[in-house]
Amino acid sequence: MQMRQKKTVPKRSFWKDVKKNRTLLLMLLVPVTMAFIFCYIPMPGIVIAFKKYNYMDGIFGSEWNGLDNFRYLLISKKLWSLTRNTLLYNIVFITFGIVTEVGFAIILNEMLHLKFKKVAQSFMFLPHFISWVVVATIMLNIFGDHGVLNQILNGLGLESYNIYAYENAKTWPIVMVALKVWKSTGYGSVVYLAAIVGISPEINEAAKIDGANIWQRIFRITIPCLKPTIIIMTLLAVGGIFRGDFGMFYQLVKGQHLLETSDVLDTYVYRTMMSTANMGWSAAAGLYQSLLCFVTINVVNFIVKKVDPDYALY
Amino acid sequence: MRCIEERSYAMEKEIKLKGTKIKSSWDTKIFNGIGYTLVFLFALACAIPFYLVLTGSFTDEKWILTKGYSFWLSPANFSLEGYATIFRSPEKILSAYGVTTFVTVVGTVLAILLVTMTGYVLSRPDFPWKNGFSFYFFFTTLFSGGLVPYYLLCTQYLHFKNHIYALIIPGVFSVWNMIIAKNFMKGIPYELVESAKMDGAGDMLIYFRIMMPLSKPMIATLSLFTALGYWNDWYNCMLFISDDKKYNLQYTLQNLLKSAEFITKIAYEQGRSVASVPSESMKLAMTVVAIGPIILLYPFLQKYFVKGMTIGSVKG
Repeated sequence: MQMRQKKTVPKRSFWKDVKKNRTLLLMLLVPVTMAFIFCYIPMPGIVIAFKKYNYMDGIFGSEWNGLDNFRYLLISKKLWSLTRNTLLYNIVFITFGIVTEVGFAIILNEMLHLKFKKVAQSFMFLPHFISWVVVATIMLNIFGDHGVLNQILNGLGLESYNIYAYENAKTWPIVMVALKVWKSTGYGSVVYLAAIVGISPEINEAAKIDGANIWQRIFRITIPCLKPTIIIMTLLAVGGIFRGDFGMFYQLVKGQHLLETSDVLDTYVYRTMMSTANMGWSAAAGLYQSLLCFVTINVVNFIVKKVDPDYALY
Repeated sequence: MRCIEERSYAMEKEIKLKGTKIKSSWDTKIFNGIGYTLVFLFALACAIPFYLVLTGSFTDEKWILTKGYSFWLSPANFSLEGYATIFRSPEKILSAYGVTTFVTVVGTVLAILLVTMTGYVLSRPDFPWKNGFSFYFFFTTLFSGGLVPYYLLCTQYLHFKNHIYALIIPGVFSVWNMIIAKNFMKGIPYELVESAKMDGAGDMLIYFRIMMPLSKPMIATLSLFTALGYWNDWYNCMLFISDDKKYNLQYTLQNLLKSAEFITKIAYEQGRSVASVPSESMKLAMTVVAIGPIILLYPFLQKYFVKGMTIGSVKG
């Protein structure tokens, strides 16, 4: 009797469940189909990385060429310079991001002039809401031939500085980091500000009564209390360390000669796909990036789970 | 945010009350000195570029080329030539505005509907396959086939080229937004759903009549983020659109920047006066036109943007 029940119940309950939840399943129909078409169907398409793609034969009809595409990327030293750029840029972005975001969150939290704080914050958020295309115009406004920088330099009797010239390609990393910080600090500090508000005020008051000064309160109370948030945000950022900010690098960098110091995996994949006949190189670089991302995110998630399971992604 | 303000306000009051007793010490003074200066400088650095774009767009082209961008506008350098140039043939800008507005409105409505619907289904504790489907969606953020297969699929098989829906569909279903919606809806007491069911409401009715109204703060924030994403989008336009009647605003601006560079270069090489093409002020005028709505709406919407950072923690 028991045996029979065990055998029949699951099968019947599946169809029963489907029938019972038909409206809910119907509501999932469109998103599931979309995810399938746009995310799952392209996945087998990664075989292009191992093929000599041509438009006539399509993805699966094209000839195989083994690891030739990867070999090309390795021999041309592309893979190394792209990985280095992507990695270094992201490491610097993450480090500067944390320092400025936490720093401004702490300062803003200690501010007593609310009007000033509010207005300042509004301005600090503003760059977050514009696209990189607009940032590109702003850059022209500052670094262009008639830009503010050269005006100031000329005013001081110095020579003009052309950032777009080949010999100044080394300046680009600094400019990139400055713009990244400019664009994301104000908004990024909100997370930390919220975390600071979450610190119970009694701790600070007790410390005040005990005679702790403001620096001691910041370094002994606020920052230690923020530590979990900082660790988690950093780890999450590290998860995407092989993903370059395509919009930023594509819009800001003007000119082939600057690519040595400012080409990242994402821009390379796009440019190669659009400009050369060999889709295979682009797909190979893309697959390499996807795999690196997949591995890092899993490692990071594993670590996050150890630190604080509540914040684990899955 | 309000919480932060209230606390600061309380602190301010406290200090006022005890003002005579607790004098802010030297440390605090030094900290405040440094802090206020840093914040002031950073806020200034964030605001000035926008101001310069605005004044630059109203500056006479010759003035820019000879004396550079000026910080102050005066009758001597004031000119509407930049705006006049871009509006001389307004079809381009008007159509770009039309495309962007249409895509933003339709895209946002569709996105919110899809995202909240999925979030709703996956937040229902009685939905038997919630974990399976959650992972199905989440996996797409972990691994992707890369740009090349995606691009080939969209252009060769789905025929996205030059269709307006190529600007809408790619951004319409964001897994991250879905997770935010799901987490927010998990916070709504399930008893409400149960009692509605008891009264004979179907799942659809519960979604529209109970979950949607209760999720208003989340919907407001997600709508703003989605709308901003559509408004600022140039990537999909660059990938899929080559018909200039279907260009959106950001892509038009990007093209203008490129072509202005090109024109200036050609004119320079041919030894012609560059001033005949007001490219500098024109670029800036176009930028003002492109970011105008955001800047104008910004003061009213700011609080929702800020709320968005803290609403529903990002978790799968």
